[in-house]
Amino acid sequence: MSASPIVPSSGWSTVRLVAGRELTTRMRSRAYVVTTLVMLVAVVVGGVVLHLAQGSSSAKVVGLTPQTASLTQPLEAAAKAADDDVEVKQVPDDAAAKAGVEDGSLDAALTGDTTSFTVVVKKDLDSTSAAVLTSLRQQTALANAIQKLGGDPSAVSQQLSDVQLDVAPLQPQAQRDGAQIVAGYVAGILLFITLQTCAQLVAQGVVEEKSSRVVELLLATVRPWQLMAGKVLGIGVVGLVQVGVVVLGGAGTAAALGLVKASDIDLGATALWALVWFVVGFLMYSLALAALAALVSRQEDIGSVTAPVVMLMIVPYVIGISIAPWNPDSPIVVWLSYLPFCAPLVMPIRIALGTVETWQAIVSVLISLALLPALVWLAGRIYSNAVLRTGARVKLKDALRAA
Amino acid sequence: MPTLEIDHLDKAYGPVRALRDMTFDVPSGEIFGFVGSNGGGKTTTMRIALGVLAPDSGQVRWDGRPVDLEVRRRIGYMPEERGLYPRMRVDEQLVYLARLHGKTPAEAKDAMERWTEILGVAHRRTDEVQKLSLGNQQRVQLAAALVHDPEILVLDEPFSGLDPVAVDVMSGVLRERAEAGVPVLFSSHQLDLVERLCDRVGIIKDGQMVAQGAIDELRSEGRLQWSVDGAPASAWAPSLSAGSGLRVVSSEGPRTVVELDGVSAAARTSTADDAAQAVLRAALAAGPVRSFTPVRHSLVELYRDVVSAPTEEPAA
Repeated sequence: MSASPIVPSSGWSTVRLVAGRELTTRMRSRAYVVTTLVMLVAVVVGGVVLHLAQGSSSAKVVGLTPQTASLTQPLEAAAKAADDDVEVKQVPDDAAAKAGVEDGSLDAALTGDTTSFTVVVKKDLDSTSAAVLTSLRQQTALANAIQKLGGDPSAVSQQLSDVQLDVAPLQPQAQRDGAQIVAGYVAGILLFITLQTCAQLVAQGVVEEKSSRVVELLLATVRPWQLMAGKVLGIGVVGLVQVGVVVLGGAGTAAALGLVKASDIDLGATALWALVWFVVGFLMYSLALAALAALVSRQEDIGSVTAPVVMLMIVPYVIGISIAPWNPDSPIVVWLSYLPFCAPLVMPIRIALGTVETWQAIVSVLISLALLPALVWLAGRIYSNAVLRTGARVKLKDALRAA
Repeated sequence: MPTLEIDHLDKAYGPVRALRDMTFDVPSGEIFGFVGSNGGGKTTTMRIALGVLAPDSGQVRWDGRPVDLEVRRRIGYMPEERGLYPRMRVDEQLVYLARLHGKTPAEAKDAMERWTEILGVAHRRTDEVQKLSLGNQQRVQLAAALVHDPEILVLDEPFSGLDPVAVDVMSGVLRERAEAGVPVLFSSHQLDLVERLCDRVGIIKDGQMVAQGAIDELRSEGRLQWSVDGAPASAWAPSLSAGSGLRVVSSEGPRTVVELDGVSAAARTSTADDAAQAVLRAALAAGPVRSFTPVRHSLVELYRDVVSAPTEEPAA
C-alpha cells in the first residue's frame, strides 16, 4: 500500500488541530471582523468624545500683565483651595490682555495693579471664578491692612492656609471621578458582550457539528473530550484577541488623550484584569454552554436549552452595571463579585472603579478556578454522552447517567 | 493477511434488539457487500465498528487486535447520515480531516489534490461544501473517507444519490482500493451493483446475518430449480414421484421450471444431482429435450427469498 505510516498522535496535538480549525474559520468570518472593529471604533470614539467634553470644562486661562504678575502665587493658591483649575498666562500689557480675552485665547485677564485689579472677561464671570477672584481681592486687601498695621502678611496667610476643617463622616463615601465610572462601565459592557458572543459561538459550533452530522465522522477518529476542548480553546483564543484589541484600543486612547490621571486609576492593571476575567468567565460559560448545546440537534433549540446559563450571565451583569458604579460597596455587588458564574461580570467593574484590593481580586479568581475541574468533568460527561444522539432533545439526566 | 472480524455483536435499544450475534469477516483485499432491509442492523454494525456506538457484547477486531482509537484512525468511514462542515471549503475540509487522521500537512494536501482529481470535484476545491450539488457533496464525502489512505474502508450506502458516471467512478475506486489490499465493507440497496462488485455478500434481517458467502455459494444455497425445454409439463411432470420433493413452479408451452423443495443444506449436493437426473429422465421419456439448465438466481431473487422468509424467533 502506498500509505505512509501514520504516527500515533498525542491527545493534545488533536486538540490543537481542532482549535486551529476554529481559529482560522472564526477569525475569517465577517461577523467577527465587523464586531471587533465596531467595538474598537466605539471605545476610541467614546474616548475622543469624552476628551472633548472634558476639554470644554478644563483649566481656565487667566492672563496677568506685568503689573498684576505678582498675583500668580495667591491666585493659584486660591484656585486650588476652591478646587478650580486655573492656568496663569503672562501677557505684555493691558491691551494685549483685552485682545486675548476678545479672541478667546484667555478666559479672563487681570488688569490694573495688584491692589485694585479689574477682571476683564468676554461676557460674564462664572461663579467659581468669581468666588476665587473675590477671595484673591480680599486677601490682597487683608495683606495691605496687615502691612499697614506692621504685621507680616505672608506669615498670616501661611497660618490661614494651615487652618483645616476637621470633618468626621459617619458614612464615608469614597470619591470617584468620571473616568473611573466610565472605565467600570466599559469593563462591564465589554466583558458581557464578548463573553456572551463567544460562549454562544461555542454552543452554535457544537450544534453545527451535530446538525450537519459531521460529528460522527469526527468522533470515529477523535475522542469527544478532544473535540470539546479544541472547540473551547480555539474560540477562547478568538475571543481573547477580540477583547485584547478592544481593551488595548480603549486603554491606548485613554492614555494618549490623558483621560485618566495615573493617581485615580491604574489603567494597565484594569486592562490586565479585564483579560484575566475574560479567560476565567469564558472557560466557565463556554463549558456550560457546550455541554447544554450537545443536548439538542437544531440551531433553533439552542436558545431554550442554554437559557439558564444565559440568565446566569444577564442577572449579575445588570446588577453590576446598574448598582456597582454608584455603590460599589453594596453588599449584593460585593457578594456577587466572589460568586463563581457571577464574578466574571461583576468583579471587573469593581476593579475598574478602584474599590478592590488586588488580593481580593485574586481570591475571587481562585474561587472560580477551584470550581473549574468539576465543571470540566461534568461538561465532558454530558457532552460525550449526548453529542452522538441526534434527533430529539436529550434529557440532562439521561446524559449524566448514560455510560 | 489482516482481517476485519465482526465477532458476535449484540446490541439492543431498549426493548428492540438491533443486532443479534452478528458475525462475519472481511479479509484484506476483499469487497464485502452488506444488504438487508431498512432497520436491519447494517448501520448499527458499522457504527459499532467505528466506535461511535458501543455493543452490548461482542467485539470488532483488526489483525487479531480489538479495534481501538489508533486502528480507527486508519479506517475510512462514510456514515449513513452524510456529514461535512457545510460552511467550510472543500479543500480545507479534506486537509483538516486527513490531518485529524494523523497525516502531515504536506501529505494531507497531496491526498486532497489526488482524491478530488480522481473523484471529479477538483474544480470545486475552493467552494464551500454547501454550495455543491448533492451528487458532488457525495463525492466529497467519499474523498473524506479516502483522504487519509485508510487501511480499511467502511462505507454506509456509498452509492445512494450518485449518477451512473459517479457510480462507475466509485466502483472503480473501491475495486482499486481492494486490489491494494484494503478490506472494503459497504452496504447498499442496489443489489445489481453489489452483485457486480462484491466478492462476498452478507444478507441481514432483523439484526441477524441470514446468509453470507460468495454470490455463487449463495446461489447454490438458494432454491434449486431447473429449466426444461422439451415436451410440455403436462406430458411428463405427473411421472415425478411425489416423495422426491420435486414440483413444477411454472410451465409455459415447452418451457417448464421444476423446483426441489425441502432439502437440508448438508444433503444438498448429492440430492440435487439425483433430483436433476430424475427431472431430465422424466422429460426425456416424454419427448426430445432441447435444453436443460439449472436456473441461476440473481441476488435480487436470493434477497427476496431470504428476507421474506419468516425469521425463527430465538427463545429470548
